[in-house]
Amino acid sequence: MSGLFHRLATRPGAAIPFTIDGMSAEARAGDLLIAAILLHRHSLRRFEFGSGERAGYCLMGACQDCWVTLADGRRLRACTTPVEPGMAVITGGGDA
Amino acid sequence: MPEPRVAIVGAGPAGLRAAQVLAEASLRPLLVDEGHRAGGQIYRRPPPGAERPAAALYGFEAGRAQALHDLADALAPRVDYRPGTTVWGIAPRDPDGFDLECLGPDGHGRIAADRLVLATGAMDRTLPFPGWTLPGVFTLGAAQIALKAQGMAIGRRVALVGAGPLLPLVAHQYAKAGATVVAVLDVTPLAAKVKAAPRLAAVPATLAKGVWYTMRGALRRQPVRSGVRAIAVEGAARVEALAFEDAAGRRHRVACDAVGASFGLRSEAQAADLAGCRFAFEPVTRQWQPERSGQGRSSLPHVYLAGDGSGIGGADVAELQGERTALTLLADLGRPRDPAREAHLDRRLARQAGFRAALEAAYPYPHHLVEGIADDEIVCRCEGITAGAIRRTATERDASEMNRLKALTRTGMGRCQGRVCGHAAAEILARTLDVPVETVGRLRGQAPIKPIPLREPA
Repeated sequence: MSGLFHRLATRPGAAIPFTIDGMSAEARAGDLLIAAILLHRHSLRRFEFGSGERAGYCLMGACQDCWVTLADGRRLRACTTPVEPGMAVITGGGDA
Repeated sequence: MPEPRVAIVGAGPAGLRAAQVLAEASLRPLLVDEGHRAGGQIYRRPPPGAERPAAALYGFEAGRAQALHDLADALAPRVDYRPGTTVWGIAPRDPDGFDLECLGPDGHGRIAADRLVLATGAMDRTLPFPGWTLPGVFTLGAAQIALKAQGMAIGRRVALVGAGPLLPLVAHQYAKAGATVVAVLDVTPLAAKVKAAPRLAAVPATLAKGVWYTMRGALRRQPVRSGVRAIAVEGAARVEALAFEDAAGRRHRVACDAVGASFGLRSEAQAADLAGCRFAFEPVTRQWQPERSGQGRSSLPHVYLAGDGSGIGGADVAELQGERTALTLLADLGRPRDPAREAHLDRRLARQAGFRAALEAAYPYPHHLVEGIADDEIVCRCEGITAGAIRRTATERDASEMNRLKALTRTGMGRCQGRVCGHAAAEILARTLDVPVETVGRLRGQAPIKPIPLREPA
């Protein structure tokens, strides 16, 4: 499954390992969680009141479309949260 | 008497310039910023580790962005800066101060302030079109933030759609950064821009100048199509193509995997609403905004306003208003005034107002897009409420006002509190009832204005 976002500028910085639905993935220091996920996937969550998936919309903390669930129970707004090592994102829940 | 505690909400161009003036007066203002680094959205700074040269990030706005970031760094020791802090509630406190309910890096907190400067900015204005909730459709602002804050494009083949100066700006920035832009579609007519061109060309504002030069030259490889209609994003699980009708009525379909689309800007005014500011309808951009005097006063004695949160003017205007508003606040505190500086700012703001009028004339409100919204289209993307549900509720259940529509349909009741759908829902409601849009009112702000974990306020 290919991602949505596309990195235009490669940059140095520590590699940050995390997982998406149990699959290992890698981000870079300075990546927001939404970007870290969308480099690998085309969506963040299922839409809870209908069909389809959602992948965020405004990227400025206003639309609240990008709330994601972590395996440890945390719910985070992905566009205002920097990715951290070991985050275990669950996209299938649909109840973010 | 202790110094009054002034809290500035928002650290974009307006908030930072206000902070500068108050810091010069040794007031040490609180600067509450939902972002992690001061600069706001239009000059959004990358997180540490993701920095890139300003010229690569901001294009022709690099100079302004750099100056504002340098200001933020220089102010650091002289302001009480609270990054990553969301103001989710504002309550009056006796006798005349305010409590700001905040969620920050250390959890919930309450900040007491004697005076407020609200510099809360704006977000993209959206209108529903087929496919607009598919993964891969973002606002133009989002497309820009992906680039500025992350050095990323929203897709590998990106189509951009808009009705405002952000469209050519984002197209320019994407092209310059090496992204593949497959279409730049303006839903407003070319004639409006041609008519406004002489006034636009004379605009000193960086953004408008950028728009002008971009229209003329930089986008020759990917010209802007004006007067586009019937925008529709196609795809099963994600964006696969963008279909549209050009000004001559011909249908087109462009393969793409991401779309940036928005239709002007809307003021982010919930904080002013919670503080109790009186609102007025602004007929040119068709939105309710907190009333702001030329000197930056709201309708309340201790609440001041600056920047796009109280009237869309763009970043240059926001900087001038931030400075002007803070001078007004100092004068109200009985501090010595600088009439020459005030007059200079007032003159510059008056000139900018004229240029803004030219910009608004170049990008008129896209009425035809509202008329074309089908009944099965989702308007409220949080709750999945369709245009048809809004229209039926308007006629069958006597919903003649936005808050009643919200109560009956849940439109605007979701996580975003109507930020995204509120304007479109009001336009649909007004058209269904055949009344001017201002008569259906606006969604009232309710605390918490952003979602907060339930355990936090305990």
